[in-house]
Amino acid sequence: MGYVAIKGGGRAIAGTEAALESLRCAEGEAGTPLSLDAIEQQLRLLTSRVVSEGGLYHPRLAALAIKQMQGDTLEAAFALRAYRSTKPRLLDLPLQETGPMRLIRRISSAFKDIPGGQMLGPTTDYALRLMRLDLADESPEAFRAVSRRFLDGVDEATLPDSFPKVVDALRHEGLLLPLERNATTAFDITRDPLVFPVPRSAALATMARAETGSLLAIAYSNMRGYGDVHPTIAELRVGYLPVMLPHPVSGEPVEIGEVLITECEVVAMYEAQEDASVEGDGTENQTSPPTFTLGYGACFGHNETKAISMAILDRALQKGMRDGPSNPSEDPEFVLLHIDGVDSMGFASHYKMPHYVTFQSDMDRLRTTRDKATAAPKPQGDSA
Amino acid sequence: MNPGYELPLDEAAYSFGFLDEYAKREVRRTILKAICIPGYQTPYASREMPMGRGFGTGGLQVTLSLVGPGDTVKVIDQGADDSVNAVNLRKFIELTCPKVDTTEHTRDASLIQSRHRVPEMPLTEAQVLVLQVPYPDPLVVVEPSEARRKVMHGEGDYSRLLTKLYEDIVQFDEITISHRYPTRINGHYVIDPSPIPRYDVPRLHHCPALILLGAGREKKIYAVPPYTRAEPLVFDDVPFRTEDFRDAQGQRRACARCGTRDSFLDELIDDDGNKLWQCSDSDYCNSQLASGQDSTREVAQ
Repeated sequence: MGYVAIKGGGRAIAGTEAALESLRCAEGEAGTPLSLDAIEQQLRLLTSRVVSEGGLYHPRLAALAIKQMQGDTLEAAFALRAYRSTKPRLLDLPLQETGPMRLIRRISSAFKDIPGGQMLGPTTDYALRLMRLDLADESPEAFRAVSRRFLDGVDEATLPDSFPKVVDALRHEGLLLPLERNATTAFDITRDPLVFPVPRSAALATMARAETGSLLAIAYSNMRGYGDVHPTIAELRVGYLPVMLPHPVSGEPVEIGEVLITECEVVAMYEAQEDASVEGDGTENQTSPPTFTLGYGACFGHNETKAISMAILDRALQKGMRDGPSNPSEDPEFVLLHIDGVDSMGFASHYKMPHYVTFQSDMDRLRTTRDKATAAPKPQGDSA
Repeated sequence: MNPGYELPLDEAAYSFGFLDEYAKREVRRTILKAICIPGYQTPYASREMPMGRGFGTGGLQVTLSLVGPGDTVKVIDQGADDSVNAVNLRKFIELTCPKVDTTEHTRDASLIQSRHRVPEMPLTEAQVLVLQVPYPDPLVVVEPSEARRKVMHGEGDYSRLLTKLYEDIVQFDEITISHRYPTRINGHYVIDPSPIPRYDVPRLHHCPALILLGAGREKKIYAVPPYTRAEPLVFDDVPFRTEDFRDAQGQRRACARCGTRDSFLDELIDDDGNKLWQCSDSDYCNSQLASGQDSTREVAQ
């Protein structure tokens, strides 16, 4: 009698590892292994994406993950996230001010000029997307000369350290509500599960490590018409944020390092009268004059698309939390439970695993109902 | 970004059970709460594991938080110890849990992690069964919002689930839920018992072993404590039905390998295109083959 064995799982898995590794090294004799420095520096936006989606600011490990996962951002972020699971949380970081960030870029689309000036910095925004064929066969000499020349003849003392924040000017004019210092500690999504309704800090944390494409897709739905944020970028800044910690003895804040982050603040219109009528018992809005509202986005690394998408969704979710969602991008459950790359990619992959026991059950139900349908046709002859 | 610092290579050696001790303690506390409120989906801050969400990360966190030196762990997927995912998880447990034994024998295991099956061999009080869960909430088929589902669970409001079952009967003359059959625990909370076949549902009822269900991606742990009622959701006049393994003559099919007629069977198609049936539980099949070879042959004939 024939007998089918489901054996050899262990050997099969070892085989996949070897096959995968052989593809990574498929250049053979002519190949040079990628150095982590090259990935971290030359593929800096890829590294940015992985530290942000991995939720761990460790560019070096991110570069390793990118190399190991052969450039798959989802897998690389996943490896970083899994590494994070082995580390205890040592302390809560106090609130960090982004004012003193060392900026490499800051723009505002709300104003022609802003205090400190528009600083375009490193951006492809206005670059022509023409293929630079000279890079295809780049000489190491030319490559090295670029960084040598860039700051040539610049007096470093004349370079500004930091810039005032644009939204502070709007606040000063009363167009934005004053900042409310929230006394409660921020929700830590790595230590507490999301049980809805969740505070805004939980939403922000979830979005900060969300998968860029997922965040963009839902934010885009809001921009296009399934929502009404109509954002204006008050300020988008990219730079190095000094991380401050209280000194263990003196309690004075001490800079312990810096992280590259992208921060975006969008302002959106806000009709006070309308909101007052929607909000049955919200009396405070009825008397206050209309103001702009703010959407906030920030993430590790240099990732402007992500920060903008997050800021738009923050504004959309605030509206949804207050008035009830009128489209998917305003629904905290819909947005926050579907933007994590590790979760969504893992679940999509799991369908590749064997499911033959459940499929057996499915066939049993289908056969039984089909038998019943053919044996005893329903007198009414309805859709069944 | 700052070049010039070294990778934390000294930190690459993982702690026992991969997770840091705080994480394991948190999972254990969640388990205790889950046992105290049978069937309640206890939220916890699920950690990312180094295998895909959906591959058993919830079950694995439960297993790794409970396992200690002296334990013997069995891992199965679809009932088989040698299924690729079971091999992978077992390998990971062996790698991160020194001094923990692994086994393929249900009888010898103190902790069994399983996907999609409850082992055929009756479990004992000395054992813990950990089931991997993709969808923890049976209400998800009738209510997408988790916040609203939580209220429905609290109020024991399963009317929409019952309506779905009723509509099935009206439309198909049969309840069409094949696996993940909604099961009421201790008379209150209805759980998704994980994608076990209906065949396995009655075996949760008054089971002497502690049954823990872990959903990693959905960040929930729930439990069926030992000797607790576990009743599939049915109507008084429509009995619960398990998978039908009778042939055209109405005879219960036997396993083509060991000959037993009292196990859940996988339907296979061999190289010649013939259909045959075989135990899904590989350890059960092997033990039937080894011990009762003669007696089962008689039954098979």
